[in-house]
Amino acid sequence: MSEARRIPDGSQPPLLYPPYGSTRLRAPLQPLVILPERLSDLAAPVYGWWSPDDADNDLTRRGAEEAQGQRIIVAGRLLDEDARPIAGALIELWQANAAGRYHHSKDNHPAPLDPNFTGAGRTITDADGRYEFTTIRPGAYPWRNHENAWRPAHIHFSVFGRNFLNRLVTQMYFPGDPMFPYDPIFQSIPDARARERLVSRYDLSLTRPEWALGYAFDIVVRGHNATPFETPR
Amino acid sequence: MMERAEPRALLPSPSQTVGPFFDFCLTPDAKHGTLFPGSPSRVRIAIRVTDGAAQAVTDAVVEIWHACDVPGGDSAFGRLGTGEDGTCEFDTVRPCDPPAGSAAHINICLFARGLLRHLFTRLYFPDDPRIAEDRMLARVPHDRRATLLAQPDPTSAARWVFEIRLQGPEETVFFDV
Repeated sequence: MSEARRIPDGSQPPLLYPPYGSTRLRAPLQPLVILPERLSDLAAPVYGWWSPDDADNDLTRRGAEEAQGQRIIVAGRLLDEDARPIAGALIELWQANAAGRYHHSKDNHPAPLDPNFTGAGRTITDADGRYEFTTIRPGAYPWRNHENAWRPAHIHFSVFGRNFLNRLVTQMYFPGDPMFPYDPIFQSIPDARARERLVSRYDLSLTRPEWALGYAFDIVVRGHNATPFETPR
Repeated sequence: MMERAEPRALLPSPSQTVGPFFDFCLTPDAKHGTLFPGSPSRVRIAIRVTDGAAQAVTDAVVEIWHACDVPGGDSAFGRLGTGEDGTCEFDTVRPCDPPAGSAAHINICLFARGLLRHLFTRLYFPDDPRIAEDRMLARVPHDRRATLLAQPDPTSAARWVFEIRLQGPEETVFFDV
């Protein structure tokens, strides 16, 4: 069987990473069955239920009043591994509020909820693969993975292009976060260069004077038929 | 000096877990569990996710995608979160029109707290006469193929149950695509 791997070594976390406790009973332990793309229909287009009409990329203006916290703009491009933009992709984003609490019934962190902030948004990438959200800088929050464990501030991203091969769920972090060395989810990524890919960059050109700080965050996913490690067919 | 015509290869963004607190964004609406809403001959597909201790995974996102309701038609996509029993239930039709060398199937993409990367698997129907021809199933060790078969619900017609076991002696087959 061909061991052709289409993902560079070290750029993706392993499934089993014991320092992240929840992987211990949930990571499959049998080897994945390698599937040549030509046998799969995952590369075929998926006609989703979303439309640009559903787009809602300003998370700060959902309530009667404006959301609490530091207003930020998060923007970037969705690219494939050959640096080609992916247009028309669905990007969904969700996050904790400025105090580090999620709008979720099971989040028991005793930090205040913000009635004007749900923390969910969605948009569609434009012809250049660009997206932009206006939101609030999320707070760090504690979790029970290990003694005195805190997640670095992060924003969850879900990316769905026109097929399943470029499906991605990931998290965006903020530059210079002092919690990086202690966070097993961030540290599960073996390659330091790959970890850096998830750290947004402060961008003065995205920053709006007297309004909001700008952070740039590009996302790179597998492209359509971008399988450089597989022999041509 | 001319610019190189070939674009530079980029390192892909790493995957990270979906975490436990996604429902207000990813799965707010049960309507995304209905595929091909205008088609007759409905079937229900219950997908139940369990962990290595055989406990229900109550915070998974299950995405499914399958081929058409009528020959030559479009495919459809659905997404649900699992409930307290680890189950979510899609309302769809039997996929039609499998290409040569393939049996009718439903593609499944799974996300959860504790999954640093999403998982792909496939659901097949045990009463499908083309199962023996399926080239993807042929790559699966013989003694693990049964993990990819949905089971008919004996108490409810046109309802199938598919167990996704993340670990254990009957661990579901997952694919690296």
